Amino acid sequence: MEGEGLEVVEVSMKVNGKPVKAKVPARMLLVHFLRDVLGLTGTHVGCDTSNCGACTVIMNGKAVKSCTVFAFMADGAEILTIEGLAQNGKLHPIQEAFWENHGLQCGFCTPGMIMTLYDFLNRNPEPTEEEVRRAIEGNLCRCTGYVNIVRSALAAAEKMRAVGRWVKGGA
Amino acid sequence: MYPASFKVFVPKSLDEALELLAKYGEEAKVLAGGHSLIPLMRLRLVKPKYVIYIGKIPGLSYIREEGGVIRIGAMTTHNEIEESQLLKEKNPLLSETASHIGDLQVRNMGTIGGSLAHADPAADYPAALTALEADVVLKSAKGERVLKVSDFIQGPYLTDLRPDELLVEVRVPVLSGAFGTSYKKLYFRAGDFAIVGVAALVELSPEGSFKRVRVALTGVGEKPVRARGVEEELEGKEASEEAIAKAAERAKEGLNPPSDIRASSEYRREMSVVLTRRALIEALRRARERLKSQ
Ligand SMILES: Cc1cc2nc3c(=O)[nH]c(=O)nc-3n(C[C@H](O)[C@H](O)[C@H](O)COP(=O)(O)OP(=O)(O)OC[C@H]3O[C@@H](n4cnc5c(N)ncnc54)[C@H](O)[C@@H]3O)c2cc1C
Ligand code: FES
Ligand code: FES
Repeated sequence: MEGEGLEVVEVSMKVNGKPVKAKVPARMLLVHFLRDVLGLTGTHVGCDTSNCGACTVIMNGKAVKSCTVFAFMADGAEILTIEGLAQNGKLHPIQEAFWENHGLQCGFCTPGMIMTLYDFLNRNPEPTEEEVRRAIEGNLCRCTGYVNIVRSALAAAEKMRAVGRWVKGGA
Repeated sequence: MYPASFKVFVPKSLDEALELLAKYGEEAKVLAGGHSLIPLMRLRLVKPKYVIYIGKIPGLSYIREEGGVIRIGAMTTHNEIEESQLLKEKNPLLSETASHIGDLQVRNMGTIGGSLAHADPAADYPAALTALEADVVLKSAKGERVLKVSDFIQGPYLTDLRPDELLVEVRVPVLSGAFGTSYKKLYFRAGDFAIVGVAALVELSPEGSFKRVRVALTGVGEKPVRARGVEEELEGKEASEEAIAKAAERAKEGLNPPSDIRASSEYRREMSVVLTRRALIEALRRARERLKSQ
């Protein structure tokens, strides 16, 4: 192991299917790596306290708050962000469902909501409304009152069941 | 906000981690899931010189049964504990408790070892682990110690962990017989820490009386407390909801909970009784179902 510890760490990971390699300060958070280094600004920062969920991305198949993960912790991981969801120009069923059901107003919380639901719906393809509400406990929305978000999630579940499980991990 | 600068070590084996702790322990913070440490570092309430990230050490994340005991690796996440079939069958109190922690994203990252080492006085696991009389295993380059969770946690954010030690495992019993468990958590906003949390375990005799009762509370003091008065009052008695309602009053005996913006001390005291009653009634119902099916 490095003698005195590293202040700059070399990381490599797959982001939306593409391999990336970079040298990052140890203290750099994953969200800043995605936004400032890779330019993937679809992942938002909405708080300083790990509460809002706007920064949610998928890391190795699971929804995580990328503001509460150091970039070096994602070394070797597969990351999926909102930018990686649409495939061949076609929106992901969750994105479609949000569009069709007015699941957003200002849209600030939307990428985080969608990434959380991506994890949740892959694990629970036939959720009840209550289960959906519980799944998005870590995602705050200041606009919608959640009603249309929950409606979108339930519609997305139906779409995903219809097309069979969406391929995990993006490509 | 960015945390202050630090130097990181990413050990690839337990031995390497223990060596690093022996050398840098006093100035270093162990990083597990990061869901208590990173928020504190972002607010610069904690500014370690060194960080030792234990997430790349193989073999620290597992849930397995061995000789009547379920061993849980320190890096096992809340979500893995919540979803473990083994725990759901043989120690459902722990998986139920895990399901009440934070939110989905927090449960995907946060670990049982981190939660215990952090020892937040309102954390959820400590209630269940105190009721279960669980053990924690601590390792250093010098050797291993096994402590009861109730001895390990000494106060708010204070444990018996030494600077050169790593928490490596939590051990909970395999529950058997006509048992039932329940965890009740009072909170007002989704994802919040408990205002009061109560973990209950009830074991019935074949005739249906209380053979063993364990109740522990979180959020009501400096560290988790066993409600021994409630346990004593019920053990040996014929099981009934009336007996529970009466005994639950004793949950507030000796409690002097903190007051904060979320709840007053008096409110927490009263809610300790209410949640103890609810947790015990649910545990009793589950124990009776098990008794019937045996
Ligand atoms: C939004 C939010 C909501 C939350 N809600 C709840 C809740 O409702 N209930 C609840 O109980 N918790 C809650 N938490 C806390 C969460 O459960 C944390 O995951 C947990 O407290 C810490 O685990 P970790 O693996 O993230 O540890 P880390 O943050 O990595 O570490 C925490 C501390 O423990 C030390 N440490 C970690 N692992 C070890 C080890 N193996 N050996 C020695 N020392 C170690 C670290 O040095 C640090 O001091 C919440 C957190 C957030 C961000
Ligand atoms: S930015 Fe608010 S939880 Fe990450
Ligand atoms: S749509 Fe504006 S915050 Fe959710």
